[in-house]
Amino acid sequence: MAELKLEDIIKEENKVFSKTPLFTDKPLSYCPGCGHGVAHRLVLEVIEEMNITDNVIGVAPVGCSVLSYEFMNIDMAEAAHGRATAMATGIKRVYPEKFVFTYQGDGDLAAIGTGETIHTCNRGENIVIIFINNGIYGMTGGQMAPTTIPAMKTSTSPYGRDTQMMGNPLKMTELVAQLDGTCFVARHAVHTPVLVRKTKKAIRKAFEYQKAKKGTAFVEIVSNCNSGWKLTPLQSIKWLEDNMLPYYNLGTLKEDPLD
Amino acid sequence: MGEIKLMKGNEAIAEAFIRAGVDGYFGYPITPQSEIIEYLMSEEPHKRTGMVVLQAESEVAAINMVYGAACTGKKTVTTSSSPGVSLMQEGLSYIAGSEVPCVVVNVVRGGPGLGTIQPSQADYFQSTKGGGHGDYHLIVLAPSSVQEMVDFVPWAFDLAYKYRNPVMIQSDGVIGQMMEKVELFEQMPRLTNQEIKDKYDDWALTGRTPGREHNVITSLDLVPERQEKFNHKLEAKYKIIEQTEVKYEKIMCDDADYIFVAYGSSSRICQKSIAIAREQGLKVGLFRPITLYPFPYKEIMEMVPQLKGVLTVEMSLGQMVEDVRLATEFKVPVEHYGRVGGMIPTPEEIVDALKTKIIGG
Ligand SMILES: Cc1ncc(C[n+]2csc(CCOP(=O)(O)OP(=O)(O)O)c2C)c(N)n1
Ligand code: SF4
Repeated sequence: MAELKLEDIIKEENKVFSKTPLFTDKPLSYCPGCGHGVAHRLVLEVIEEMNITDNVIGVAPVGCSVLSYEFMNIDMAEAAHGRATAMATGIKRVYPEKFVFTYQGDGDLAAIGTGETIHTCNRGENIVIIFINNGIYGMTGGQMAPTTIPAMKTSTSPYGRDTQMMGNPLKMTELVAQLDGTCFVARHAVHTPVLVRKTKKAIRKAFEYQKAKKGTAFVEIVSNCNSGWKLTPLQSIKWLEDNMLPYYNLGTLKEDPLD
Repeated sequence: MGEIKLMKGNEAIAEAFIRAGVDGYFGYPITPQSEIIEYLMSEEPHKRTGMVVLQAESEVAAINMVYGAACTGKKTVTTSSSPGVSLMQEGLSYIAGSEVPCVVVNVVRGGPGLGTIQPSQADYFQSTKGGGHGDYHLIVLAPSSVQEMVDFVPWAFDLAYKYRNPVMIQSDGVIGQMMEKVELFEQMPRLTNQEIKDKYDDWALTGRTPGREHNVITSLDLVPERQEKFNHKLEAKYKIIEQTEVKYEKIMCDDADYIFVAYGSSSRICQKSIAIAREQGLKVGLFRPITLYPFPYKEIMEMVPQLKGVLTVEMSLGQMVEDVRLATEFKVPVEHYGRVGGMIPTPEEIVDALKTKIIGG
């Protein structure tokens, strides 16, 4: 049998996957196993596939993905904590022909930025909101988030979230689905290949809604924070399936006609 | 000659936004400046020039909408009054920290807290010394007439783009509410998207133009060496601003033994005080800072040899007086006179204060 040589393998016709060129060459700053990287990839792949690279402006949050503008090779702004949708509103209003999206964590979008999130969705700003719900504040070291589920342990709920004392988790996606301004609201996850494909489809759809000027398109991604949860990546996926998903059901919550 | 109209300060500045070719206004109502957004909404500038006007859900949202819109290189403005401007401070710090040009108007009312809806000048510290967190400056312009409310708008945008820095027009409830004759400048065209790309593609978010690197607007740098370098870059910019952009006006200063230092509506009242004082044989002049930052330290210092004393007049408990004392290096007596809580000083009171605090003191 003839020996297989590397140069014979590395050929265009054998290629099954390549990194989207919309990723810069900067190594991601995320912990190994974290869902942020996959979510970034999906957003960038959709932008690449829609061929809107020179026509898109993104807004990064404050949270672990604060540096997403270093990894996404598109024009981007970095908002103050919670204000990404206000910034995106400003951009979209003066530049309606651009595709505009925000990428935000749960602390950013559902705690400090709740007001901006609700009003942006309620006005029906014609933007895409990508909402990463990992039930915790990753960046600041694992404190309780508005999305932390009951009894879940974090550094500011060390004995588990006591809803009597600390209030209830906020289901932001259900909330914004109620608002007249939203046209597409869905909750997905990225911890299995099948779910990754579904999430990508939803993100694509969200951008198609923006193209059709239908209002706010909102995609939640239930994700893991293995570091904040103090679990290995694999344990965190199991924990997510066993605990997060029963609380945060996946699926499409709202889908206006697209045409 | 431009169109001449009798207008309220607030309406005049709103009209000036439209005529200056502003692309976006984002604001939240608050007395004594709500006429600005009301005027804009009734004028329907989207029909006149394509300008966007949006009522935000809060001043926090408004300033961040401004931040977003201004990131694209488009001319963007917000207006508010003191409590609302307090809410904008975080945003202003980010805007200054990412070198984004925009204009913010503060029609100052009395504080602290909810204070009063009546006029005040007690936001001088907030406007000129930073206001939000970190080492930064707004460029601060102080109009003293309805005409200047109009004329300062294009000037503010010129400065904002020249230095890529937020510019504040610090007005007050008197000027916002009073009606005066005003000459309006001709309509300036809004820049097209292509013109904006041609002018600002080296920094603005216009969508990644093929062939260039992606543009990023951020105020973050986690590498201390780089952040320090950036802080020094800002410092150098402020130095240039301080050296080149100071504006002031001197009225009857040539022979003056005493001067009032006052800006905005206080400077208008002081003009009357000068007349009264001169009738009484006192040689009094007025030094009016037009830029509050950069402050005319040098120009005030240059007057010191001829002066026997200085009275600063400001509707506050004494904020600008600190800068005037710095300017004069304590080489002449400098005292402050002000009314607060929404009270406005009378010309006579000011002359009395000059006599008791400076001449007799
Ligand atoms: C005004 C303000 N308050 C607090 C912080 C500190 N802070 C930074 S990120 C963050 C929470 C981030 O959590 P989340 O949005 O869930 O994103 P994650 O890091 O989990 O991706 C907090 C509280 C800040 N940067 N600014
Ligand atoms: S702290 Fe959590 S959210 Fe942040 S990168 Fe690590 S795993 Fe991801």
